[in-house]
Amino acid sequence: MGGFVTLFQQAVAFGTIIMFGAVGEIITEKSGNLNLGVPGIMYLGGISSLLGAFFYENSTDNPIPIVCVLIAAVCAFLASALGGLIFSFLTITLRANQNVTGLTLTIFGSGVANFFGGSLNQLSGGVGQLRVPATSDAFRAQLPGLSNIGGDIGKLFFQYGWLAYVAILVAILAQVYLSRTRTGLNLRAVGENPATADAAGANVTLYKYLATCIGAGISGLGGLYYVMDFTQGKWANDGTIESLGWLAVALVIFTTWRPKNAIWGSYLFGLLYWVYMYIVGISRASQELFKMLPYVVTIVVLIIISLRKKRENQPPEALGLPYFREDR
Amino acid sequence: MAAAVSHKKDPLIRIARRDSMPLWKSVLVRVIAVIASLLVAGIIIYLLTGASPLNVYKSMLQGAFGNNSANYSQKTWQTIRDTMMLLCIAVGLAPAFKMKFWNIGAEGQVLVGGIVTAACMIYFKDLPPVLLFIVMFLGSLLAGALWGLLPAVFKSKWNTNETLFTLMMNYVALQLTSFCVAKWENPVGSNKVGIINQGVENQQGWFPAIFGQDYLLNVILVMAVTVGMFFYLKYSKQGYEISVIGDSQNTARYAGINVNKVIIRTMLISGAVCGMAGFITVAGSSHTISTSTAGGKGFTAIIVAWLAKFNTFTMILIALLITVLDKGAIQVATEFNISKDMSNMITGIILFFIIGSEFFINYRLIFRKKEKEAA
Repeated sequence: MGGFVTLFQQAVAFGTIIMFGAVGEIITEKSGNLNLGVPGIMYLGGISSLLGAFFYENSTDNPIPIVCVLIAAVCAFLASALGGLIFSFLTITLRANQNVTGLTLTIFGSGVANFFGGSLNQLSGGVGQLRVPATSDAFRAQLPGLSNIGGDIGKLFFQYGWLAYVAILVAILAQVYLSRTRTGLNLRAVGENPATADAAGANVTLYKYLATCIGAGISGLGGLYYVMDFTQGKWANDGTIESLGWLAVALVIFTTWRPKNAIWGSYLFGLLYWVYMYIVGISRASQELFKMLPYVVTIVVLIIISLRKKRENQPPEALGLPYFREDR
Repeated sequence: MAAAVSHKKDPLIRIARRDSMPLWKSVLVRVIAVIASLLVAGIIIYLLTGASPLNVYKSMLQGAFGNNSANYSQKTWQTIRDTMMLLCIAVGLAPAFKMKFWNIGAEGQVLVGGIVTAACMIYFKDLPPVLLFIVMFLGSLLAGALWGLLPAVFKSKWNTNETLFTLMMNYVALQLTSFCVAKWENPVGSNKVGIINQGVENQQGWFPAIFGQDYLLNVILVMAVTVGMFFYLKYSKQGYEISVIGDSQNTARYAGINVNKVIIRTMLISGAVCGMAGFITVAGSSHTISTSTAGGKGFTAIIVAWLAKFNTFTMILIALLITVLDKGAIQVATEFNISKDMSNMITGIILFFIIGSEFFINYRLIFRKKEKEAA
């Protein structure tokens, strides 16, 4: 049991990062924009929260936790939304290809993040010296009251930083928005058939812009959680965020474009990713094969949904396709 | 009636598709885009380092082509070598993209090609050199083709989304590489494969130097593929089938083209050429395998292939531009003591500008005419 509890805790921490990433990307993809810049956006979110927190903590002797949290979160959201804005401007207004633009955004985001991360590390005297202890502590604060519940139940459900619960909340809100509100319905229409949505009076351009920017902002919170909670306020130029970003893109497929499935799907990905640590007697080489699991599972899901052809499980009909009103 | 329809003004700017643009104009637009992006990048570098942008660009060029007679030839050849690798992948992607098959999986196809090459170098080093080369070459082509075949089969049979499928295959390949690295690590515990067959008498499996140049064989191989692919796409029947399918699958079916067969065949070719890029990298330049063997070039090549509009000769220029920028930015980073990841940031900015400039080539803006016309 003890082993499982630790595994579950690791899976939740890991899953929270990609849950943010995936929920944001679901909203983006529901508008028909396939934004392959998720890793870059998560990079932008992570580094800007760190930059904001770093300069705030260095400018004052007694950083106030709530201010730390606000600065880091707002920085992360805005920088990521800005990434989404670049993507939107190029693909929607300038009608550039979405795949190419998204991949460029990933290159750009990783460059910006690792450049500033590396420079910050140098500023503070070498790799591993960069710290934002106050902000990181504020983010890792657990839910008051509930975190005192003892035993395995407490460990399983209540001993995470509060952002882990925000992730679940965001996923639920996104699900309600998409399936229960009028604008959510319009957004889905834009992603399925923009010409019809346009004829019905929805402002396609506006929906696409907003969904992509807000979606990017949410994805960026994954970077925030990674930097502040997962690595406890440090920066390493090791490319982890990039692989997590692609995992988030994979998770979008796994959930069949439903935010509610991201809640358990992300934890399942976490379990699959970490399970090798709990299998006795496998070599380090075989461990690497186990880390393949989330991707293999995603491929299998992708194949199954295309085999079964159930309409409600398909990608948005116009996903990745440009919409120009004049082109009809 | 018509007059009563609306008194609303026309929008300030309308957008219309261009039929075509003279070559010199479209080149001019791109050149302007590159210059504008260099200006923006220069301003950013200035703000970050305080160094004069001119000096920065000078040291960028020195980074790519050397700054004294001692390293001039070496640096230039390294730039050529890296350009060739990027070009090889982009050429591999060209047929798939022309068919509108989004092969995002070059990264993985390069890696599996590299894995097979490294495996041959390790396990078959007793073969005669020529035979070893043939085995390595064919093995890497096969591995890459297999990696491209899987998504193609599912795409043609069940219309499985190829963008996402090939993307996932990258990470399967990446973990496979980690697995092999852990298996072949040398020395044990380093988690690195190290330079394979170094210090062994014949350096089995290494590309031989031609006219004293280590990387000339890389250039010959890649240029052969580049020229071959150009003619394949432009003048062969198969190339024509590819472009018909790219324009409209329905038209292709109506014309009697077996779409499924062409999709599978094209992805075999695409994957094989990408696998060959892995072969060239492992046997012809790094002589080792690691998770960074592809190093994101599989993704960058997608942008190269797309921007070149599938013309493999244009790809040479774009691949060269990106490689020079990359090398140059690393030099700038060392010289001005900043993080070398700046190169990705600059590459990103420049690509944004080039991608954006495509709009002005494909569309024209029509501004609202003066009021008198409406009256």
